[in-house]
Amino acid sequence: MNQISNKLFYILMLAATTCQGSDATVTNGADTTGKLIKLSQPKPDVSLTMPSGFTATVFADDLGKARHISVTQSGYVYVKLDGFKNGGSIVRLRDINGDGIADEEFDFGNFKGTGIGIKNGYLYASSNEDVYRFKLNDAGMVADPDKPEKIITGLIARNTHQPKAFMLDNNGNIYVNIGAYNNSCQIADRQIGSLGIKPCPALDSAAGIWLFRSDKPNQTYADGTRFASGLRNVVGLDWNTVSNTLFVMQNGRDQLSYMFPQYYTDKESAEIPAECMYELHKGDNAGWPYIYYDQIQGKKILAPEYGGDGKKTSGEGTIDPVFTFPGHLAPLGLLFYTGNQFPEKYKNGAFIAFHGSWNRAPEPQEGFYVAFVPFSNGKPSGKWEIFANGFSGGPDKTASGRAIHRPCGLAQGPDGSLYVTDDAKGTVWRITYK
Amino acid sequence: MKINTRSFFPFLFICLFSVPAILKAQDAKTQDATHCVVKKSPYRLSMDSGKVVYARQCLTCHQADGLGVGNMNPPLTGKDILGDKNKLIGIVIKGLSLREPIDGITYENVMPAHPDMKDKEIADVLTYIRNSFGNKASSVKVSEVKSVRSKLK
Repeated sequence: MNQISNKLFYILMLAATTCQGSDATVTNGADTTGKLIKLSQPKPDVSLTMPSGFTATVFADDLGKARHISVTQSGYVYVKLDGFKNGGSIVRLRDINGDGIADEEFDFGNFKGTGIGIKNGYLYASSNEDVYRFKLNDAGMVADPDKPEKIITGLIARNTHQPKAFMLDNNGNIYVNIGAYNNSCQIADRQIGSLGIKPCPALDSAAGIWLFRSDKPNQTYADGTRFASGLRNVVGLDWNTVSNTLFVMQNGRDQLSYMFPQYYTDKESAEIPAECMYELHKGDNAGWPYIYYDQIQGKKILAPEYGGDGKKTSGEGTIDPVFTFPGHLAPLGLLFYTGNQFPEKYKNGAFIAFHGSWNRAPEPQEGFYVAFVPFSNGKPSGKWEIFANGFSGGPDKTASGRAIHRPCGLAQGPDGSLYVTDDAKGTVWRITYK
Repeated sequence: MKINTRSFFPFLFICLFSVPAILKAQDAKTQDATHCVVKKSPYRLSMDSGKVVYARQCLTCHQADGLGVGNMNPPLTGKDILGDKNKLIGIVIKGLSLREPIDGITYENVMPAHPDMKDKEIADVLTYIRNSFGNKASSVKVSEVKSVRSKLK
Protein backbone atom coordinates (compact mmCIF):
# COMPACT_ATOMS: atom_id res chain seq x y z
CA MET A 1 0.00 0.00 0.00
CA ASN A 2 2.78 2.34 0.99
CA GLN A 3 4.71 1.42 -2.14
CA ILE A 4 1.76 2.31 -4.32
CA SER A 5 1.28 5.68 -2.64
CA ASN A 6 5.00 6.32 -2.94
CA LYS A 7 4.88 5.60 -6.66
CA LEU A 8 1.92 7.89 -7.04
CA PHE A 9 3.86 10.54 -5.15
CA TYR A 10 6.81 10.28 -7.53
CA ILE A 11 4.54 10.47 -10.56
CA LEU A 12 2.99 13.63 -9.13
CA MET A 13 6.45 14.97 -8.40
CA LEU A 14 7.52 14.28 -11.97
CA ALA A 15 4.43 16.09 -13.22
CA ALA A 16 5.27 19.00 -10.94
CA THR A 17 8.83 19.11 -12.23
CA THR A 18 7.63 19.57 -15.78
CA CYS A 19 5.63 22.62 -14.69
CA GLN A 20 8.56 24.15 -12.87
CA GLY A 21 9.14 26.81 -15.49
CA SER A 22 6.18 28.95 -14.51
CA ASP A 23 7.85 30.05 -11.27
CA ALA A 24 11.15 30.76 -12.94
CA THR A 25 9.46 33.10 -15.39
CA VAL A 26 7.82 35.21 -12.68
CA THR A 27 11.10 36.30 -11.14
CA ASN A 28 10.63 39.84 -12.35
CA GLY A 29 13.29 41.42 -10.18
CA ALA A 30 10.93 42.73 -7.49
CA ASP A 31 12.36 42.66 -3.96
CA THR A 32 9.71 40.31 -2.75
CA THR A 33 10.22 37.64 -5.37
CA GLY A 34 13.12 35.30 -5.05
CA LYS A 35 14.55 32.77 -7.43
CA LEU A 36 14.68 29.02 -7.26
CA ILE A 37 17.47 28.04 -4.91
CA LYS A 38 19.13 24.63 -5.02
CA LEU A 39 19.59 23.37 -1.49
CA SER A 40 22.47 21.40 -0.05
CA GLN A 41 22.02 18.57 2.42
CA PRO A 42 21.03 19.95 5.86
CA LYS A 43 23.01 18.80 8.90
CA PRO A 44 21.07 17.71 11.99
CA ASP A 45 22.23 19.44 15.18
CA VAL A 46 19.97 17.60 17.64
CA SER A 47 18.85 14.00 17.89
CA LEU A 48 15.10 13.49 18.23
CA THR A 49 13.62 10.60 20.19
CA MET A 50 10.37 9.01 19.02
CA PRO A 51 8.49 5.72 19.46
CA SER A 52 10.03 2.69 17.77
CA GLY A 53 9.63 2.64 13.98
CA PHE A 54 9.56 6.41 13.53
CA THR A 55 12.38 8.36 11.87
CA ALA A 56 12.86 12.13 11.80
CA THR A 57 14.83 13.63 8.92
CA VAL A 58 15.81 17.28 8.62
CA PHE A 59 13.83 18.31 5.54
CA ALA A 60 15.24 21.86 5.48
CA ASP A 61 16.99 24.21 7.88
CA ASP A 62 18.04 27.82 8.50
CA LEU A 63 14.69 29.22 7.39
CA GLY A 64 14.52 31.71 10.28
CA LYS A 65 11.29 32.09 12.21
CA ALA A 66 9.45 29.17 10.61
CA ARG A 67 5.89 29.21 11.94
CA HIS A 68 2.98 27.28 10.44
CA ILE A 69 3.35 24.89 7.53
CA SER A 70 1.11 23.37 4.87
CA VAL A 71 1.73 20.77 2.16
CA THR A 72 -0.06 20.47 -1.19
CA GLN A 73 -1.30 17.15 -2.52
CA SER A 74 1.52 17.36 -5.07
CA GLY A 75 4.11 17.58 -2.28
CA TYR A 76 5.02 21.28 -2.26
CA VAL A 77 5.79 22.35 1.30
CA TYR A 78 4.88 25.94 2.19
CA VAL A 79 6.30 27.47 5.38
CA LYS A 80 5.13 30.82 6.78
CA LEU A 81 7.91 32.94 8.22
CA ASP A 82 7.50 35.53 10.94
CA GLY A 83 10.31 37.33 9.19
CA PHE A 84 12.02 37.38 5.82
CA LYS A 85 14.40 35.11 3.98
CA ASN A 86 15.93 36.30 0.73
CA GLY A 87 13.27 39.02 0.74
CA GLY A 88 10.39 36.55 1.01
CA SER A 89 8.10 35.77 3.94
CA ILE A 90 6.83 32.42 2.66
CA VAL A 91 9.18 29.59 1.76
CA ARG A 92 8.19 26.95 -0.73
CA LEU A 93 10.22 23.75 -0.50
CA ARG A 94 10.30 20.73 -2.75
CA ASP A 95 11.88 17.32 -2.57
CA ILE A 96 12.70 16.61 -6.22
CA ASN A 97 14.59 13.33 -5.98
CA GLY A 98 12.31 11.66 -3.44
CA ASP A 99 14.92 11.18 -0.72
CA GLY A 100 12.78 12.97 1.87
CA ILE A 101 14.93 16.10 1.92
CA ALA A 102 14.11 19.41 0.25
CA ASP A 103 16.24 20.09 -2.81
CA GLU A 104 14.73 23.35 -3.97
CA GLU A 105 13.54 26.54 -2.30
CA PHE A 106 11.50 29.46 -3.55
CA ASP A 107 10.90 32.54 -1.37
CA PHE A 108 8.04 34.97 -1.94
CA GLY A 109 5.46 37.14 -0.13
CA ASN A 110 6.06 40.45 1.60
CA PHE A 111 4.28 40.10 4.94
CA LYS A 112 5.62 38.31 7.98
CA GLY A 113 3.24 36.29 10.13
CA THR A 114 2.24 32.86 11.35
CA GLY A 115 -0.79 31.33 9.64
CA ILE A 116 -0.77 29.29 6.43
CA GLY A 117 -3.24 26.85 4.88
CA ILE A 118 -4.32 25.31 1.58
CA LYS A 119 -7.91 24.93 0.41
CA ASN A 120 -9.73 24.70 -2.93
CA GLY A 121 -6.77 25.66 -5.08
CA TYR A 122 -5.57 28.57 -2.95
CA LEU A 123 -2.72 29.11 -0.54
CA TYR A 124 -3.87 31.26 2.40
CA ALA A 125 -1.36 33.06 4.63
CA SER A 126 -1.68 35.68 7.35
CA SER A 127 0.21 38.68 8.63
CA ASN A 128 -0.58 39.90 12.15
CA GLU A 129 -3.38 42.11 10.79
CA ASP A 130 -4.51 40.58 7.51
CA VAL A 131 -5.19 37.31 5.71
CA TYR A 132 -4.18 36.89 2.06
CA ARG A 133 -4.57 34.16 -0.51
CA PHE A 134 -2.56 33.15 -3.58
CA LYS A 135 -4.02 31.13 -6.46
CA LEU A 136 -2.26 27.81 -6.92
CA ASN A 137 -1.75 26.26 -10.33
CA ASP A 138 -2.51 22.60 -11.03
CA ALA A 139 0.96 21.56 -9.90
CA GLY A 140 0.52 23.25 -6.53
CA MET A 141 2.72 26.26 -7.28
CA VAL A 142 1.71 29.84 -6.55
CA ALA A 143 0.58 31.26 -9.88
CA ASP A 144 1.49 34.88 -9.16
CA PRO A 145 3.66 35.25 -6.04
CA ASP A 146 3.64 39.05 -6.25
CA LYS A 147 -0.13 39.50 -6.28
CA PRO A 148 -1.93 37.94 -3.36
CA GLU A 149 -5.59 38.77 -2.83
CA LYS A 150 -6.38 40.33 0.53
CA ILE A 151 -9.25 38.43 2.13
CA ILE A 152 -9.42 39.93 5.62
CA THR A 153 -7.94 43.20 6.80
CA GLY A 154 -7.56 45.43 9.85
CA LEU A 155 -7.53 42.84 12.63
CA ILE A 156 -6.24 43.96 16.01
CA ALA A 157 -2.53 43.43 16.63
CA ARG A 158 -1.14 45.18 19.71
CA ASN A 159 2.19 43.44 20.26
CA THR A 160 0.86 40.79 22.66
CA HIS A 161 -0.65 37.64 21.07
CA GLN A 162 -0.58 38.99 17.54
CA PRO A 163 -0.41 35.87 15.33
CA LYS A 164 -3.50 35.35 13.21
CA ALA A 165 -3.51 31.60 13.09
CA PHE A 166 -6.47 30.28 11.08
CA MET A 167 -8.32 27.20 9.87
CA LEU A 168 -10.27 26.67 6.64
CA ASP A 169 -13.30 24.37 6.58
CA ASN A 170 -14.97 22.68 3.60
CA ASN A 171 -17.89 25.12 3.52
CA GLY A 172 -16.03 28.24 2.43
CA ASN A 173 -15.37 29.49 5.98
CA ILE A 174 -12.17 30.67 7.55
CA TYR A 175 -11.81 30.70 11.36
CA VAL A 176 -9.26 33.28 12.51
CA ASN A 177 -7.74 33.59 15.97
CA ILE A 178 -7.58 37.12 17.32
CA GLY A 179 -5.57 36.88 20.53
CA ALA A 180 -6.11 38.97 23.65
CA TYR A 181 -3.71 41.91 23.70
CA ASN A 182 -2.87 41.38 27.36
CA ASN A 183 -2.40 38.65 29.95
CA SER A 184 -5.49 38.81 32.14
CA CYS A 185 -7.33 42.06 31.28
CA GLN A 186 -6.00 44.05 34.23
CA ILE A 187 -6.29 47.83 34.38
CA ALA A 188 -2.47 47.79 33.99
CA ASP A 189 -1.28 44.65 32.18
CA ARG A 190 0.96 42.38 34.29
CA GLN A 191 1.22 44.92 37.12
CA ILE A 192 1.20 43.51 40.65
CA GLY A 193 -2.01 44.48 42.44
CA SER A 194 -3.83 45.76 39.33
CA LEU A 195 -7.39 44.45 39.19
CA GLY A 196 -9.28 43.03 36.24
CA ILE A 197 -11.61 45.22 34.16
CA LYS A 198 -15.23 44.07 34.02
CA PRO A 199 -16.53 43.74 31.42
CA CYS A 200 -13.19 43.10 29.78
CA PRO A 201 -13.00 45.46 26.74
CA ALA A 202 -10.67 43.13 24.82
CA LEU A 203 -13.55 40.67 24.34
CA ASP A 204 -15.28 42.98 21.82
CA SER A 205 -12.64 42.63 19.16
CA ALA A 206 -10.14 40.01 20.38
CA ALA A 207 -9.73 36.99 22.68
CA GLY A 208 -11.74 34.75 20.41
CA ILE A 209 -12.14 33.03 17.07
CA TRP A 210 -13.73 35.12 14.31
CA LEU A 211 -15.51 33.64 11.33
CA PHE A 212 -15.15 35.04 7.80
CA ARG A 213 -15.73 33.81 4.26
CA SER A 214 -12.65 32.40 2.60
CA ASP A 215 -13.50 33.76 -0.89
CA LYS A 216 -14.56 37.36 -0.25
CA PRO A 217 -11.96 40.13 -0.59
CA ASN A 218 -11.20 42.88 1.95
CA GLN A 219 -13.43 41.70 4.77
CA THR A 220 -13.21 43.66 8.02
CA TYR A 221 -14.63 43.06 11.50
CA ALA A 222 -17.99 44.25 10.15
CA ASP A 223 -18.09 41.36 7.67
CA GLY A 224 -17.13 38.70 10.20
CA THR A 225 -18.82 37.21 13.22
CA ARG A 226 -17.39 36.20 16.55
CA PHE A 227 -17.53 32.41 16.46
CA ALA A 228 -16.21 31.74 19.97
CA SER A 229 -15.12 34.01 22.80
CA GLY A 230 -13.16 33.98 26.05
CA LEU A 231 -10.07 32.41 24.46
CA ARG A 232 -6.87 34.17 25.56
CA ASN A 233 -4.75 33.18 22.60
CA VAL A 234 -5.02 30.31 20.14
CA VAL A 235 -2.22 29.50 17.72
CA GLY A 236 -2.77 25.76 17.20
CA LEU A 237 -6.13 24.91 15.66
CA ASP A 238 -7.41 22.17 13.37
CA TRP A 239 -10.60 20.75 11.97
CA ASN A 240 -11.59 17.34 13.31
CA THR A 241 -13.05 15.44 10.36
CA VAL A 242 -14.68 12.80 12.57
CA SER A 243 -16.69 15.17 14.77
CA ASN A 244 -16.75 17.78 11.98
CA THR A 245 -15.89 20.50 14.50
CA LEU A 246 -13.10 22.98 15.16
CA PHE A 247 -10.59 22.15 17.89
CA VAL A 248 -8.22 24.73 19.35
CA MET A 249 -5.36 24.86 21.84
CA GLN A 250 -5.44 27.85 24.18
CA ASN A 251 -2.31 29.40 25.66
CA GLY A 252 -3.29 29.89 29.29
CA ARG A 253 -2.64 32.95 31.40
CA ASP A 254 0.73 33.74 33.01
CA GLN A 255 2.16 34.88 36.33
CA LEU A 256 -0.23 33.70 39.05
CA SER A 257 2.42 33.56 41.80
CA TYR A 258 4.16 36.72 40.60
CA MET A 259 1.02 38.79 40.91
CA PHE A 260 -0.71 36.92 43.71
CA PRO A 261 1.94 35.34 45.98
CA GLN A 262 -0.62 35.24 48.79
CA TYR A 263 -2.57 32.55 46.87
CA TYR A 264 0.00 30.68 44.79
CA THR A 265 3.49 29.25 45.26
CA ASP A 266 5.95 29.41 42.36
CA LYS A 267 5.64 25.62 42.07
CA GLU A 268 1.84 25.82 41.70
CA SER A 269 2.15 28.74 39.30
CA ALA A 270 4.46 26.68 37.09
CA GLU A 271 1.84 23.93 36.70
CA ILE A 272 -1.40 25.93 36.45
CA PRO A 273 -3.46 27.00 34.68
CA ALA A 274 -3.81 24.13 32.22
CA GLU A 275 -3.00 24.52 28.55
CA CYS A 276 -6.52 23.64 27.37
CA MET A 277 -7.82 21.90 24.28
CA TYR A 278 -11.34 23.05 23.43
CA GLU A 279 -13.86 21.75 20.93
CA LEU A 280 -15.70 24.82 19.70
CA HIS A 281 -19.27 25.38 18.55
CA LYS A 282 -20.74 28.71 17.50
CA GLY A 283 -21.32 30.97 20.47
CA ASP A 284 -19.05 29.10 22.88
CA ASN A 285 -17.31 31.03 25.64
CA ALA A 286 -14.19 29.59 27.27
CA GLY A 287 -14.20 32.15 30.08
CA TRP A 288 -11.01 34.22 29.76
CA PRO A 289 -10.22 36.52 31.56
CA TYR A 290 -12.67 35.86 34.40
CA ILE A 291 -11.73 32.24 34.96
CA TYR A 292 -8.95 29.77 34.25
CA TYR A 293 -8.92 25.98 34.31
CA ASP A 294 -7.00 24.31 37.16
CA GLN A 295 -6.25 20.79 35.91
CA ILE A 296 -5.07 19.62 39.34
CA GLN A 297 -8.38 20.50 41.02
CA GLY A 298 -10.25 19.70 37.80
CA LYS A 299 -12.23 22.94 38.12
CA LYS A 300 -12.82 26.32 36.56
CA ILE A 301 -11.38 28.83 39.03
CA LEU A 302 -12.21 32.52 39.45
CA ALA A 303 -9.19 34.58 38.31
CA PRO A 304 -7.50 36.41 41.20
CA GLU A 305 -7.80 39.72 39.32
CA TYR A 306 -11.57 39.27 39.64
CA GLY A 307 -11.69 38.29 43.30
CA GLY A 308 -10.44 34.72 43.14
CA ASP A 309 -8.13 33.10 45.67
CA GLY A 310 -7.04 29.98 43.82
CA LYS A 311 -10.01 27.99 45.20
CA LYS A 312 -13.26 29.84 44.42
CA THR A 313 -14.91 28.29 41.38
CA SER A 314 -16.74 30.26 38.72
CA GLY A 315 -17.55 30.24 35.03
CA GLU A 316 -21.22 29.36 34.74
CA GLY A 317 -22.13 29.05 31.09
CA THR A 318 -18.54 28.60 29.96
CA ILE A 319 -17.34 25.47 28.22
CA ASP A 320 -15.01 22.89 29.74
CA PRO A 321 -11.81 21.85 28.00
CA VAL A 322 -11.97 18.45 26.30
CA PHE A 323 -8.36 17.81 27.30
CA THR A 324 -5.73 19.52 29.45
CA PHE A 325 -1.95 19.71 29.58
CA PRO A 326 0.38 21.15 32.24
CA GLY A 327 0.75 24.93 32.33
CA HIS A 328 2.77 27.28 30.11
CA LEU A 329 3.97 24.67 27.60
CA ALA A 330 2.75 26.99 24.82
CA PRO A 331 0.85 24.87 22.27
CA LEU A 332 1.43 26.52 18.88
CA GLY A 333 0.50 23.72 16.51
CA LEU A 334 -2.42 21.24 16.42
CA LEU A 335 -2.92 18.53 13.82
CA PHE A 336 -5.40 15.68 13.61
CA TYR A 337 -3.62 12.85 11.85
CA THR A 338 -5.70 11.44 9.01
CA GLY A 339 -2.94 9.68 7.07
CA ASN A 340 -2.37 5.97 6.52
CA GLN A 341 1.39 5.81 7.03
CA PHE A 342 1.46 5.82 10.86
CA PRO A 343 0.15 2.89 12.97
CA GLU A 344 -3.60 2.63 13.67
CA LYS A 345 -3.21 4.15 17.15
CA TYR A 346 -2.45 7.54 15.58
CA LYS A 347 -5.41 7.62 13.19
CA ASN A 348 -7.55 10.72 13.86
CA GLY A 349 -5.54 11.45 17.01
CA ALA A 350 -4.12 14.87 17.86
CA PHE A 351 -0.50 15.94 17.56
CA ILE A 352 0.35 19.11 19.47
CA ALA A 353 3.55 21.14 18.96
CA PHE A 354 4.62 22.67 22.28
CA HIS A 355 6.86 25.69 21.79
CA GLY A 356 8.11 25.39 25.38
CA SER A 357 7.59 27.51 28.46
CA TRP A 358 9.10 30.71 29.79
CA ASN A 359 6.60 31.46 32.52
CA ARG A 360 7.61 28.54 34.74
CA ALA A 361 10.66 30.44 36.05
CA PRO A 362 12.04 30.23 38.73
CA GLU A 363 10.97 26.58 38.36
CA PRO A 364 12.61 24.65 35.48
CA GLN A 365 11.13 25.27 32.03
CA GLU A 366 9.25 22.51 30.21
CA GLY A 367 7.94 21.63 26.77
CA PHE A 368 9.84 21.92 23.47
CA TYR A 369 8.29 18.70 22.17
CA VAL A 370 5.52 17.26 20.02
CA ALA A 371 2.84 15.48 22.06
CA PHE A 372 0.15 13.05 21.01
CA VAL A 373 -3.38 12.39 22.31
CA PRO A 374 -5.33 9.39 20.95
CA PHE A 375 -8.90 10.08 19.78
CA SER A 376 -11.88 7.82 19.28
CA ASN A 377 -15.18 8.97 17.73
CA GLY A 378 -13.97 12.56 17.77
CA LYS A 379 -13.18 12.56 21.51
CA PRO A 380 -9.88 12.14 23.37
CA SER A 381 -9.66 8.46 24.32
CA GLY A 382 -6.50 8.07 26.38
CA LYS A 383 -3.57 9.71 28.12
CA TRP A 384 -1.28 12.12 26.35
CA GLU A 385 2.31 11.23 25.65
CA ILE A 386 5.42 12.92 24.34
CA PHE A 387 5.73 11.80 20.72
CA ALA A 388 8.90 13.55 19.57
CA ASN A 389 11.39 15.04 21.99
CA GLY A 390 14.92 16.41 21.95
CA PHE A 391 14.27 19.66 20.05
CA SER A 392 15.79 21.71 22.88
CA GLY A 393 19.16 19.99 22.63
CA GLY A 394 19.19 18.45 26.12
CA PRO A 395 17.66 18.49 29.62
CA ASP A 396 19.74 21.50 30.74
CA LYS A 397 18.58 23.52 27.73
CA THR A 398 14.98 22.54 28.44
CA ALA A 399 15.29 23.57 32.10
CA SER A 400 16.90 26.92 31.31
CA GLY A 401 14.57 27.58 28.39
CA ARG A 402 17.59 28.17 26.14
CA ALA A 403 16.35 25.62 23.63
CA ILE A 404 18.11 25.20 20.29
CA HIS A 405 14.81 24.48 18.50
CA ARG A 406 11.24 25.32 19.44
CA PRO A 407 8.43 23.34 17.77
CA CYS A 408 5.73 25.51 16.23
CA GLY A 409 3.86 24.25 13.16
CA LEU A 410 2.61 20.83 12.10
CA ALA A 411 1.47 19.51 8.72
CA GLN A 412 0.66 16.20 7.14
CA GLY A 413 2.18 15.35 3.78
CA PRO A 414 0.26 13.55 1.01
CA ASP A 415 2.08 10.30 1.90
CA GLY A 416 1.10 10.61 5.57
CA SER A 417 4.46 11.97 6.77
CA LEU A 418 4.37 14.50 9.59
CA TYR A 419 6.19 17.81 9.15
CA VAL A 420 7.31 19.86 12.17
CA THR A 421 8.67 23.41 12.03
CA ASP A 422 10.88 25.23 14.52
CA ASP A 423 10.86 29.01 14.80
CA ALA A 424 14.11 29.34 16.76
CA LYS A 425 16.48 28.17 14.01
CA GLY A 426 14.09 27.49 11.19
CA THR A 427 14.45 23.75 10.88
CA VAL A 428 11.76 21.61 9.24
CA TRP A 429 11.65 17.91 10.13
CA ARG A 430 9.82 15.21 8.24
CA ILE A 431 8.78 12.30 10.45
CA THR A 432 8.05 8.96 8.80
CA TYR A 433 7.13 5.48 9.97
CA LYS A 434 8.31 2.12 8.68
CA MET B 1 48.30 52.84 47.43
CA LYS B 2 45.01 52.65 45.64
CA ILE B 3 42.87 49.69 46.59
CA ASN B 4 39.96 48.68 44.43
CA THR B 5 37.67 47.58 47.21
CA ARG B 6 35.11 46.16 44.80
CA SER B 7 37.46 43.71 43.14
CA PHE B 8 39.91 42.81 45.85
CA PHE B 9 38.23 43.43 49.13
CA PRO B 10 34.56 42.60 48.94
CA PHE B 11 34.37 41.20 52.46
CA LEU B 12 35.70 42.68 55.69
CA PHE B 13 35.72 40.11 58.43
CA ILE B 14 35.68 41.21 62.03
CA CYS B 15 35.75 38.05 64.08
CA LEU B 16 35.67 38.04 67.84
CA PHE B 17 37.33 34.86 68.96
CA SER B 18 37.21 33.46 72.42
CA VAL B 19 38.73 30.16 73.47
CA PRO B 20 35.65 28.79 75.26
CA ALA B 21 33.46 29.60 72.30
CA ILE B 22 35.75 27.73 69.93
CA LEU B 23 35.81 24.76 72.26
CA LYS B 24 32.04 24.78 72.66
CA ALA B 25 31.19 25.35 69.05
CA GLN B 26 30.52 22.02 67.36
CA ASP B 27 29.94 23.40 63.92
CA ALA B 28 31.33 26.33 62.08
CA LYS B 29 27.91 27.76 61.27
CA THR B 30 27.04 28.29 64.93
CA GLN B 31 30.38 29.91 65.48
CA ASP B 32 29.95 32.30 62.53
CA ALA B 33 26.46 33.26 63.51
CA THR B 34 27.23 34.04 67.11
CA HIS B 35 30.80 35.25 67.11
CA CYS B 36 31.70 36.61 63.70
CA VAL B 37 30.19 39.77 62.30
CA VAL B 38 30.58 39.66 58.52
CA LYS B 39 30.65 43.23 57.32
CA LYS B 40 30.20 43.56 53.57
CA SER B 41 30.92 46.52 51.35
CA PRO B 42 27.92 48.71 50.42
CA TYR B 43 28.28 47.41 46.86
CA ARG B 44 28.13 43.78 48.01
CA LEU B 45 25.15 44.50 50.27
CA SER B 46 23.36 46.16 47.37
CA MET B 47 24.17 43.22 45.08
CA ASP B 48 22.89 40.71 47.62
CA SER B 49 19.58 42.41 48.29
CA GLY B 50 19.28 43.29 44.59
CA LYS B 51 19.44 39.59 43.77
CA VAL B 52 16.53 38.92 46.13
CA VAL B 53 14.49 41.74 44.59
CA TYR B 54 15.36 40.45 41.11
CA ALA B 55 14.07 36.96 41.96
CA ARG B 56 10.78 38.40 43.17
CA GLN B 57 10.16 41.20 40.68
CA CYS B 58 12.05 40.49 37.46
CA LEU B 59 13.05 36.86 37.05
CA THR B 60 9.73 35.50 35.76
CA CYS B 61 10.01 37.55 32.59
CA HIS B 62 13.72 38.32 32.23
CA GLN B 63 14.78 34.81 33.42
CA ALA B 64 17.50 33.70 35.84
CA ASP B 65 20.25 34.44 33.32
CA GLY B 66 18.88 37.92 32.51
CA LEU B 67 18.68 37.10 28.82
CA GLY B 68 14.92 37.52 28.51
CA VAL B 69 12.60 35.49 26.27
CA GLY B 70 12.90 35.73 22.49
CA ASN B 71 10.45 38.24 21.05
CA MET B 72 8.57 38.55 24.33
CA ASN B 73 10.77 39.97 27.08
CA PRO B 74 14.05 41.83 26.43
CA PRO B 75 17.49 40.74 27.64
CA LEU B 76 18.95 42.99 30.34
CA THR B 77 22.33 43.36 28.70
CA GLY B 78 22.04 46.16 26.15
CA LYS B 79 22.90 49.86 26.05
CA ASP B 80 19.53 50.89 27.51
CA ILE B 81 20.32 48.83 30.62
CA LEU B 82 23.98 49.82 30.97
CA GLY B 83 23.66 53.44 29.85
CA ASP B 84 21.53 56.31 31.18
CA LYS B 85 20.59 55.43 34.76
CA ASN B 86 17.80 58.00 34.96
CA LYS B 87 16.01 56.45 31.98
CA LEU B 88 16.41 53.00 33.48
CA ILE B 89 15.07 54.07 36.90
CA GLY B 90 12.11 55.70 35.15
CA ILE B 91 11.31 52.46 33.29
CA VAL B 92 11.21 50.47 36.52
CA ILE B 93 8.97 52.99 38.26
CA LYS B 94 6.59 53.85 35.41
CA GLY B 95 6.87 50.82 33.17
CA LEU B 96 7.18 50.91 29.40
CA SER B 97 4.37 50.95 26.86
CA LEU B 98 4.25 48.18 24.30
CA ARG B 99 5.34 50.38 21.44
CA GLU B 100 8.47 51.74 23.15
CA PRO B 101 11.57 49.82 22.10
CA ILE B 102 14.45 48.59 24.26
CA ASP B 103 17.73 48.80 22.38
CA GLY B 104 15.77 49.38 19.19
CA ILE B 105 13.54 46.32 19.48
CA THR B 106 9.87 46.28 20.51
CA TYR B 107 8.77 43.27 22.50
CA GLU B 108 5.45 41.46 22.73
CA ASN B 109 5.01 41.75 26.49
CA VAL B 110 4.57 44.95 28.45
CA MET B 111 7.02 46.14 31.11
CA PRO B 112 4.67 46.86 34.02
CA ALA B 113 5.04 49.81 36.37
CA HIS B 114 6.31 49.09 39.88
CA PRO B 115 4.60 51.75 42.01
CA ASP B 116 5.10 49.76 45.22
CA MET B 117 8.85 49.22 44.92
CA LYS B 118 10.86 51.24 47.42
CA ASP B 119 13.74 53.50 46.37
CA LYS B 120 16.26 51.17 47.95
CA GLU B 121 14.81 48.10 46.24
CA ILE B 122 15.05 49.81 42.86
CA ALA B 123 18.62 50.99 43.55
CA ASP B 124 19.64 47.50 44.67
CA VAL B 125 18.00 45.61 41.83
CA LEU B 126 19.40 47.95 39.18
CA THR B 127 22.87 47.70 40.75
CA TYR B 128 22.47 43.93 40.62
CA ILE B 129 21.28 43.92 37.00
CA ARG B 130 24.05 46.31 35.87
CA ASN B 131 26.66 44.02 37.44
CA SER B 132 25.29 40.57 36.59
CA PHE B 133 24.70 38.56 33.38
CA GLY B 134 28.12 39.66 32.14
CA ASN B 135 27.31 43.34 32.73
CA LYS B 136 29.71 45.82 34.33
CA ALA B 137 28.34 49.28 35.00
CA SER B 138 28.14 51.81 37.82
CA SER B 139 25.88 51.17 40.80
CA VAL B 140 22.55 52.90 41.19
CA LYS B 141 22.23 54.95 44.38
CA VAL B 142 19.09 55.47 46.44
CA SER B 143 19.52 59.23 45.98
CA GLU B 144 19.43 58.77 42.20
CA VAL B 145 16.15 56.84 42.43
CA LYS B 146 14.70 59.51 44.74
CA SER B 147 15.68 62.24 42.30
CA VAL B 148 14.07 60.50 39.29
CA ARG B 149 10.93 59.68 41.26
CA SER B 150 10.48 63.30 42.36
CA LYS B 151 10.67 64.45 38.74
CA LEU B 152 8.16 61.82 37.59
CA LYS B 153 5.51 62.95 40.06
